[in-house]
Amino acid sequence: MTTHWDSLPGEMQKRLYQELVNQVKPRPPVLRNAGAAFAVGGLISVLGQLIQNFFLARGLTLLDAGAATAATLVFLAALSTGLGLYDELARFAGAGAIVPITGFANSMVAPAMEYRTEGLVLGVGARLFTVAGPVLVFGIFTAWAVALLYHFLLRP
Amino acid sequence: MIFLKAFLVGGLLCVVAQLLMDLTSYKITPAHILVGFVAGGALLSALGLYQPLVNFAGAGATVPLTGFGHLLAQGAMEGVRQKGALGAFTGGVAATAAGITAAVVFGYLAALLFRPRG
Repeated sequence: MTTHWDSLPGEMQKRLYQELVNQVKPRPPVLRNAGAAFAVGGLISVLGQLIQNFFLARGLTLLDAGAATAATLVFLAALSTGLGLYDELARFAGAGAIVPITGFANSMVAPAMEYRTEGLVLGVGARLFTVAGPVLVFGIFTAWAVALLYHFLLRP
Repeated sequence: MIFLKAFLVGGLLCVVAQLLMDLTSYKITPAHILVGFVAGGALLSALGLYQPLVNFAGAGATVPLTGFGHLLAQGAMEGVRQKGALGAFTGGVAATAAGITAAVVFGYLAALLFRPRG
């Protein structure tokens, strides 16, 4: 390089630096990760289907069976996170363990356990929502916005 | 057959998330994935695109977090049908109450009962 680094404009410095970082950064094994995510995400969905069929067979409506399935999966995820098993699974499966609702439960329990020493209110209580907070904010906001649009544009 | 469809669709949704994390130069964390999937699911649902996937794949579409967004949006829209604009404020959270309450209760209990490892 003939130009002196410091004489380059800041924007270009940033871009060149980012290019350098991208070159040095280890590339993720994309196929292996996608395969693991597919297998584990698929299996968790099958487990959900099994649980849902169980509740349907007991006479619950489809809506209630879905709610009971969500609660059961969340329970299983909270328990296996507590036992340290879910994080092992997540290390192997990446997004396959993050995207299902079990991953949502895991994202609540894991930081809450970690910050227990900060107390039951600001430790456990607050850290439960480290990730769940943003998820609820964006989810509830989006649902509210589309429902209002639906109300004012389509007048049901 | 529903199990095979659940496996394929549930797995594919996870592959989409994995590729977003592995193939984009931006730093996409699991938190971004969860937020994006819930909001994306709510949008697809409002456009009428998500219910067909639920009909096809059952838990394969409802277990991933896009299904949570779908339930939020459908609840809020059903609320609007029943009581107008007020329903947009009540319907979404009501439809997802079981999952949210389970996550808070079981999450809090698990964090109290267990110690982190290592």
